[in-house]
Amino acid sequence: MAETGKSACAPQNLSALRYPTSEIQMSALPDIQTAAPTGAFTPDVFASHLAGLGHLPQWWLDRKREAWNRFSALPLPQRTDELWRFSSVQGIRLERAHLSAVPGQALALRPTPLDFAQSASLTFTNNRALPAGSLPSDLREKGVIFCPLEEALTQHADLFRQHFMAQPVNLGSEKFAALNAALTTSGAFLYVPRGVEIAPPFVAAHVASGEGAAVFPHTIVVLEDNAKAILVESFSSPESSPASGHFAAGQNDLFAGPGSQLTYVGAQDWSRDALAFQLNSTVVQRDARVLSLNIHLGGRQSRHESHSRLQGPGAHSEMLALTVAHGAQEFDQRTLQSHQAPHTSSNLLYKNALLDQARTIFSGLIIVDPDAQKTDAYQSNRNLLLSDDAEANSLPGLEIQANDVRCSHGATSSHVDEEQMFYLESRGIPPVVARELLVFGFFEEVLNKLENEELHATLRELIQTKFKHQTP
Amino acid sequence: MADTDILETQTAAASSVAGIDQSVGDFKYDVKYDFDAGTGLSERTIRYISDVKKEAPWIREFRLNALKTFLAKPLPTHWATRDLENLNFDKIRYYLSQGTKPKRTWDEVPADIKKTFERLGIPEQERKFLAGVEAQFDSEAAYSNIKEVVSKQGVIFVNSSEALRTHPEIFRKWFGKVIPTGDNKFSALNSAVFSGGSFIYVPPGVKVAHPLQAYFRINAENFGQFERTLIIVDEGSELTYMEGCTAPKFSTSTLHSAVVELVALKGAKIQYITVQNWAPNVYNLVTKRGLAHEEAEIKWIDCNIGSRLTMKYPGVVLKGRKSRGEVLSIALANDGQHQDTGAKMVHAADETTSSIVAKSISVGQGRSTYRGLVHIPRRLKGCKNNTECDALLINTNSRTDTYPAITVRGQQHAVQHEASVSKVSEEMIFYMQSRGLTEAQAMSLAVNGFVNDLVRQFPMEYSVELKRLIDLEMESSVG
Repeated sequence: MAETGKSACAPQNLSALRYPTSEIQMSALPDIQTAAPTGAFTPDVFASHLAGLGHLPQWWLDRKREAWNRFSALPLPQRTDELWRFSSVQGIRLERAHLSAVPGQALALRPTPLDFAQSASLTFTNNRALPAGSLPSDLREKGVIFCPLEEALTQHADLFRQHFMAQPVNLGSEKFAALNAALTTSGAFLYVPRGVEIAPPFVAAHVASGEGAAVFPHTIVVLEDNAKAILVESFSSPESSPASGHFAAGQNDLFAGPGSQLTYVGAQDWSRDALAFQLNSTVVQRDARVLSLNIHLGGRQSRHESHSRLQGPGAHSEMLALTVAHGAQEFDQRTLQSHQAPHTSSNLLYKNALLDQARTIFSGLIIVDPDAQKTDAYQSNRNLLLSDDAEANSLPGLEIQANDVRCSHGATSSHVDEEQMFYLESRGIPPVVARELLVFGFFEEVLNKLENEELHATLRELIQTKFKHQTP
Repeated sequence: MADTDILETQTAAASSVAGIDQSVGDFKYDVKYDFDAGTGLSERTIRYISDVKKEAPWIREFRLNALKTFLAKPLPTHWATRDLENLNFDKIRYYLSQGTKPKRTWDEVPADIKKTFERLGIPEQERKFLAGVEAQFDSEAAYSNIKEVVSKQGVIFVNSSEALRTHPEIFRKWFGKVIPTGDNKFSALNSAVFSGGSFIYVPPGVKVAHPLQAYFRINAENFGQFERTLIIVDEGSELTYMEGCTAPKFSTSTLHSAVVELVALKGAKIQYITVQNWAPNVYNLVTKRGLAHEEAEIKWIDCNIGSRLTMKYPGVVLKGRKSRGEVLSIALANDGQHQDTGAKMVHAADETTSSIVAKSISVGQGRSTYRGLVHIPRRLKGCKNNTECDALLINTNSRTDTYPAITVRGQQHAVQHEASVSKVSEEMIFYMQSRGLTEAQAMSLAVNGFVNDLVRQFPMEYSVELKRLIDLEMESSVG
């Protein structure tokens, strides 16, 4: 199972996958309302995609066909859709993207290595797994599985089928979830058996390269009873070209069995011109704890949906996010905390720092089911506005159908505290540095929740570099 | 009209202040109407209403255009409850009256209508503490009077139909400016068929010492009441306005869809108090908005106890520098009720401030919803908003929702929103019971404590009655 990379798709007729460029040039791009809801992802594209997957099991290809039909049938989001309130839906266009050819040099592309001790890592460039070393023998002996998606679905079919998209996506991006299921060939599958605890993080790195490259990462994590693990997923593009036109529709299924402890980190740093969707689905069973931290840095327009389902007493979900938004970037974050059993707790903290003309949307909802008594849920969105043109939208919501609960939420949108600035300046710290310190302090509250010090330091640096890079 | 039968659906409890006690409003007298626009809505209905009122051509045009807007707009069920689909616009009677001219003394009011208001205690309150009263019975005001000392200050207080005739210049200047016809489907409906409601103008520098009150009464079955209120308070003036409403309980649904526009000119202050106690078959779909000019203040105190479904989000457009908007909202939803209430604050000038405090109580299977909007667009500085929503759930199957939407642009503002959901603490109930209170009494006391800081801001007569009503609602909620 450690043999990775080679099991990815058989050589494809790559040129056939491209949307003929001449056709695009001949007809002006249609308006969003009249455009085919599938954009560049035409039935032909899907047919040739399937044609290249003949070596995979029939049930998988059937699922892909079903997903394709769902994708084609669903409309693009409209301005009047409540689940897309405040989103720039006109920016969601599927015409430019294509299932990219993998340029020779791109295959060798690896993201900047993350600087912390790791259990194992997998890299996917333009939907293909790069060759990776084998899983350390001690992990293999414990029964841990960490392999690319296509290997998992052939060699661990039962486990895979049980968890792949087991929970419905219902926060608005059903269409893009279907597109992901129809076209995904890449992603990591992590399985940790009962009682196994692994301290160093597993890493799955996704790379999009080449103009118009479209990627569909799909990662699955399954922790059995009392298991413990950390998975770090990174999303990046080697080129910083302003017109990359990348498209990403990613998804993950996180399953924390009874008593298990899962830490998931997603670090999104796509190129500045990317249109990106990332959909998180988390199941937390009895006495399990899940901490998920999503860092949003890249993309022109990026939508993140995260749904945590608390299904057994004692389950706890910690949902964290940090965003640095600059230029004309738009970050659209939708969350749902579903309390489906009594005595469950969740805590959400989403922090956005906004510069230039950036926009953020946070729309969160806590749903407490009728019999989920003794729920303890909290939801907080903090926006730090650092420019006169930045715009923060908050929609913190509650739907409570049980009375013996503690539920609250808070949202604030504000600037750097004048008094704190004054204090730092009175200590001789120049205003620029003082401001930076306060902004970093704003991020630290979230990063401090990570137990792994090395990981904390790496992520801190990633965010600070991004922030410094963007401010003069 | 002498041959009126008295139909009492229920013996009411002892008389109380208007609009508070549910049972007090639940009676009906059989009244003969001289004008009836029939059932259903068409251009004919509108021409009929316009003819009865002998309206100017521009207002008739305005109504007909509004009808087109109403028909073109879909029901907002993509965000609102699907219960709206149970409204049948073809089964509603849009206009019923005994004439368009209100009486100036209670003696002149036809006996059957007078009896209704006496039973609701309106003439008594007028003597006690009000500066003026307008009493609307179905489509038109039956009685309208303002104390001489107030009218001598130049204050105008008439119903909207009369204002159209006697003060067209002020009326037309502001009418439909704060809430345009197309604001939403129900503001369009109101613009098409409106009748009754108050028109108030307070000249510059006048502080009206006592509140003006309007009382809205629905008497007929399958009826829709569409009053239209326009209040203009000129520079530096102050006004408190109160409205109450009741209707008898019918098995069919009744629609109440008002539009209320407030204009506070420079430095003016308006306080608008509503105690809504419609019967549990009434759809109460109301649009209320104020426009605050420089340094003006608009405060909505909105209390929703009755109705089957209320959708109402009083708003303030903060148009002038340093203007202030405030909403205090109390909602109580019992079995079969959905109180979908909230507030809107649109900041449109520098240094504007707004505050929203909403408290809701869900009893039994009742559902209360807070829906809010705070908007601070670009290029402003120094705006502040503070929003607090607290929900209290009494029974295990009670429900509450919170759906705020906050947009802030720029770095020179401070906006915060907080909401919490809780139940009455068992320890608190235990303590009170150990002191000899029954469970219901203890629950009542706890709920009254929950809303106390808001109720204290009501005029005395209203806060006393509100407390009494909460006691009544809580009695049946425990055990």
